[in-house]
Amino acid sequence: MAAYRSGSSPASRKSLNLAGPLLLSCLLLFAAITARAQLEIDIDQSVVAPLPVAIVPFQLSGDSLPEDTDVAAVIRADLARSGEFASMRLEDMIERPSRGSDINFATWRLLRTDDLLIGRITNNGNAYLVEVELYDVLTRQRLLGQRLTVLAGELRGAAHRISDLIYEKLLGIKGAFFTRIAYVAVTRSAADTRYALTVADADGYNPQTVVSSREPLLSPAWSPDSRMLAYVSFEQRRSIIYLQNIATGARRVLASFPGINGAPAFSPDGKRLALTLSRSGNPEIYIMDIGSGKLKQITHHWGIDTEAAFSKDGKTLYFTSDRGGRPNIYEVSLAGGRPKRLTFAGDYNARVSVASDGHHLALANGENNIYRIGVLDTESGAFLKLSGGKLDESPSFAPNGRMILYASNDGSRGVLRAVSVDGRVSQRLILADGEVREPAWSPFRSP
Amino acid sequence: MTNIIKSILVSSAMLALVACSGQQSREPVAPTPTEEPTPAETTPVPEPTQPEVDELDVPGSLLSQRVIYFDFDKADIRPEFREVLRAHAQYIASHSSARVTLEGHADERGTREYNLGLGEQRGDNAAARLAAMGAGNGQVNVVSYGEERPVATCHDESCWSKNRRVEIIYTAR
Repeated sequence: MAAYRSGSSPASRKSLNLAGPLLLSCLLLFAAITARAQLEIDIDQSVVAPLPVAIVPFQLSGDSLPEDTDVAAVIRADLARSGEFASMRLEDMIERPSRGSDINFATWRLLRTDDLLIGRITNNGNAYLVEVELYDVLTRQRLLGQRLTVLAGELRGAAHRISDLIYEKLLGIKGAFFTRIAYVAVTRSAADTRYALTVADADGYNPQTVVSSREPLLSPAWSPDSRMLAYVSFEQRRSIIYLQNIATGARRVLASFPGINGAPAFSPDGKRLALTLSRSGNPEIYIMDIGSGKLKQITHHWGIDTEAAFSKDGKTLYFTSDRGGRPNIYEVSLAGGRPKRLTFAGDYNARVSVASDGHHLALANGENNIYRIGVLDTESGAFLKLSGGKLDESPSFAPNGRMILYASNDGSRGVLRAVSVDGRVSQRLILADGEVREPAWSPFRSP
Repeated sequence: MTNIIKSILVSSAMLALVACSGQQSREPVAPTPTEEPTPAETTPVPEPTQPEVDELDVPGSLLSQRVIYFDFDKADIRPEFREVLRAHAQYIASHSSARVTLEGHADERGTREYNLGLGEQRGDNAAARLAAMGAGNGQVNVVSYGEERPVATCHDESCWSKNRRVEIIYTAR
């Protein structure tokens, strides 16, 4: 794997481009072979009364599907992970209809399921036609029907898109199954430590290393179009912000000023980046116009100001500042004016992630040496502790504002956990053999 | 003259004395035949030469101390480390070729980016003290690694206290 030591000189960029496709195919092979061994999602907690649904195995015509792409099983796993649904077990399914006309609704009523998904997959050379229908068992009404044509490598994606449709139809909220996550995987050996910035599906499948280094990597941030990642790398023995195209691997240095270059965060329109620079003598928040590189300083205080995040309308910044003594969350209007403190709970509040509704902020809260994820409602001022601690940090909202991914520690190593915004659903994700940290949930994707 | 030769001479002299003492009742005693004296071997043992020990590396000296530690969430220089910093400041001031990087670190609690800031504050405070005590500005450089490079990885104060530190690294002497 390439260790990026030489920065962004033209020579190293060129060698990156050549190595990219080869690297990617090796990694895909590696990921396909080992994905199961590394991947575990332990669901700790679901809602008290999950919706009972039945996802009937799909009828297949044509050749068998590639491994790991039992579309119905992927949908069942997605719905289970949401904590909102209870899927009927296969052994309880007396019938396996694949067409609406084959459904015996009375039977399914007796089996106590509210909703039924049936489907058919037809292989057509390289492409697969996936057809699904969702029925309300009680009313016998067809709630949705969908046809998707995808390539073999996109079957899991098709399953996630169907899960999103079901989620939205039954809960009235946009689903976030067809999304990705970025995280940093750390493996230590006697010889050295390796850091790998990794992008995977939201369920942990198909992990692909985007950056590999012997020096720390942190703070990955998705561009709003999901194509780019900004991140901080210590490969030059100090903190530098890079901007990288995920599909091509091409990257450039965004900020390499004296001192700290950290905490990159994109504006909602993707044209600006909030970042932390200490070039003036102490860490301050700046906004950079990504196209021109022009900088505007936002904070002017001798304390530590960092971890900025844009509001949904792009007009306000939330950030961490210790100007009041200990770290707390402040907000400041980009039109000017004094920053206003928002958090008062515990003795430490930092690292905001803004929900899609614009008024829920996930953050890392510390009290008496226990660090947990909490959610602040900026409209009501209510603060809710969501996670158990003791070293929870780096919260990242799913793009539908329902789940929060964060970094935790299970006593022996760093793991990722997810919790719902009301605290009712929680789970642990084991994504790699080593440690995992610094998660970032992607925005919504277009297929 | 070696001891062996001396003893032979003495013994010979004594024997000669006895032989010539004139006591008629004694038979003359022939001197004990001795071998030709063989000189003993000597080996020169030169005074051990002291290797040139750079004053930076003298064990137990203030200059050999290269890490200073901090209280939780604080960047103030603790009083017990002032003398160490003074010693380094004086060394740097008197060696215009010396270059030092101060690496600032934090323990794992709290968020990573905030800890980058905290590590830098610690490095900056140490650098300010070095400058106040004579070190030249161009000779000292500060880098923060935040919580990214712990020396101890357990999850309590016994490890956390070791990670809240500034390391004094000489990149040129």
